[in-house]
Amino acid sequence: MDDLLTGSVLIGLLASAIRLATPYLYAAIGETFGQRSGVLNLGVDGIMLMGAFSAFYVVFKTGDLVGGLLLAALVGLLMGLMMAFISVTLNAQQGISGIGVYLFGLGMSDLLFQKLINNVQTVSGFPVAPIPILSKIPVLGPILFTQNVLVYGAYLLVPIAWFILNKTTLGLKIRAVGENPEAADTLGVSVSKVRYFTVSLGGLLSGIAGASLSIALLNVFQYNLTNGLGFIAIALVYFGGWRPTWVLLGSLIFSFVNALQIWVQVVGLPIPSDVAVMTPYILTIVVLVLSAQRVRPPSALSKAYERLE
Amino acid sequence: MRIRWSSIFDALLPLLATLAALAVGGVMIILLGANPLTAYGALIEGAFGSVNALADTFVKATPLLLVGVGICIAFRAGVINIGGEGQMILGGLSSIALGLAFPNAPGIIMIPIALLVGFLAGGVWGGIPGYLKARFNVNEILSTIMLNVIAVQLMNLLLRGPLIQPDQKGAAAIPQTSRLSMAFDLPRLVPTRLHLGALIAVLLAVGVYFFLWRTTIGYRIRAVGLNTSASLYAGIKVKRYIVLSLVLSGAFSGLAGAIQVYGVNHFMITDGSAASFTGSAGFNGIVAALFGQLHPIGTIPASFLFGALLVGANKLQRVVQVPAALITALNGLVVVFVVSSEIFRRKNARRRAIKVLEEKLALAAQEELPVSEGGG
Repeated sequence: MDDLLTGSVLIGLLASAIRLATPYLYAAIGETFGQRSGVLNLGVDGIMLMGAFSAFYVVFKTGDLVGGLLLAALVGLLMGLMMAFISVTLNAQQGISGIGVYLFGLGMSDLLFQKLINNVQTVSGFPVAPIPILSKIPVLGPILFTQNVLVYGAYLLVPIAWFILNKTTLGLKIRAVGENPEAADTLGVSVSKVRYFTVSLGGLLSGIAGASLSIALLNVFQYNLTNGLGFIAIALVYFGGWRPTWVLLGSLIFSFVNALQIWVQVVGLPIPSDVAVMTPYILTIVVLVLSAQRVRPPSALSKAYERLE
Repeated sequence: MRIRWSSIFDALLPLLATLAALAVGGVMIILLGANPLTAYGALIEGAFGSVNALADTFVKATPLLLVGVGICIAFRAGVINIGGEGQMILGGLSSIALGLAFPNAPGIIMIPIALLVGFLAGGVWGGIPGYLKARFNVNEILSTIMLNVIAVQLMNLLLRGPLIQPDQKGAAAIPQTSRLSMAFDLPRLVPTRLHLGALIAVLLAVGVYFFLWRTTIGYRIRAVGLNTSASLYAGIKVKRYIVLSLVLSGAFSGLAGAIQVYGVNHFMITDGSAASFTGSAGFNGIVAALFGQLHPIGTIPASFLFGALLVGANKLQRVVQVPAALITALNGLVVVFVVSSEIFRRKNARRRAIKVLEEKLALAAQEELPVSEGGG
């Protein structure tokens, strides 16, 4: 028991934390766009499940990883459009309709799974793709640069999202619509167009988040594969104060605790596995308490915008 | 006359929305290679086809109604409680722990105390997100969802440890409790599986209606939900009522869990998921409450309807080989359709308001009121 936390163990833990953060990053960055424009999409977990199943199905039948990823993105996009139609065009209450979308995704993915595959299977997902030269760097190489393509994509997404939100006209429009839709509308920004864009983008990224689970990290599909991961991604958006860089930090902390929790179980430390599994969720609540003090959500978050004619 | 028609339309809106959702479900059934009429026929027969089926529908509706009544309180206060699953689990765990600790107690004493304990435990589990929202402004949707996962792990921990059946030992031990004393079984209403819990649920639904619409506390809860800032100005301690609404909402889910244990299962077992105990009633109760227009009385038939869907789903699966998961997807669609259909109600309300205004203006024009000049 004395050589438990050696250097190589720590490197392994960090590498798996980096890997485990992938689905959270895709889903949470996508949700960040939606929430910055004022739309709370609680259906993320359901969209992820549909994305996870679609990707898994394609890979299981054809072995085509790219095709699986594309289908997951498309299905996510369609479900995002559905959420946008409900919350923007029909102005439905966002919190509850999101739960509806979640239940739909949960049931639908299970239905399709039972009908089309029916028993738990595994596929060979995205292989580890070490980046030449960089992966040879000691310590950092195995942690950062010996992962699969979807992991790299998730981390690339963070600076891209930061740039779009903070340095482009589109980002300015998104933020304006989320803070003061009336003013944005007066200035000629189409509130509904912006929100349709962000919510669909969020759906697309949630679909990819699901695919990252089923064809890159776990390489399996089963009922409720995500197990509430999408909801944690939403919590991470709150923790991150609606800023991509802080969302990244939150995802990393959460994933590190998760990796640690798994390691504790594997090593067999005398901590009940149930307590270990529970810990990241308790931590999330603590983090929500701390972050709710620190930052203010977008003013128009979860408020429908109805133009007065 | 037109106004009255639009009111009728408003009242029928959830029903129309559900029919639309069922129509979409029918298309899904066709895509799955089955005849939707046969499928829905099997569903109806499975839910109402015999006395036992009908009793099972009532039994399934009971936790939906209890959770749904709690949801009515929370949503009326403007608080979204997604934690029904966890609150049910806490209610189940605490009540069974009590029953197992005192196996020789008389049923007439144990049953009411155990149900009360379940009620209180659910209240505590609902009170946590309530306090976090009131004190730290933590989004209750997220905290209740986190508490669901924590409750499941707590259930696994307790069923593997302190509450495990004494003869379950070693690596192959099944995480389940012993059966509760037969003396603690909720009395059956008729010689079927229908138990006293169903009656309790209906009575409580009526009680909550009176609570929300006929008492000061209930009035304040609704005022907070309708207009938080106005309530603040009116001197209502908004935070207190937010906590109270979540405590009550959690308590009803906790009671649902306790009744599930004492009325249906009589022991607890876990496969690691919440649904194995709750049957997802914590989520489906929300669907029922929304369908009942967040009105406790309306939630009674709504729960019955969704109980029927759940019971009928098994028959559906057997007859047309459409997995019962279809019902989860359908429930999701019903939520989406019912919430979305609100837009028509708002449009109607606006049209009515404009009409009333126009009539007043016309009246004013007829009387040719002198134009008031000057002023302040």
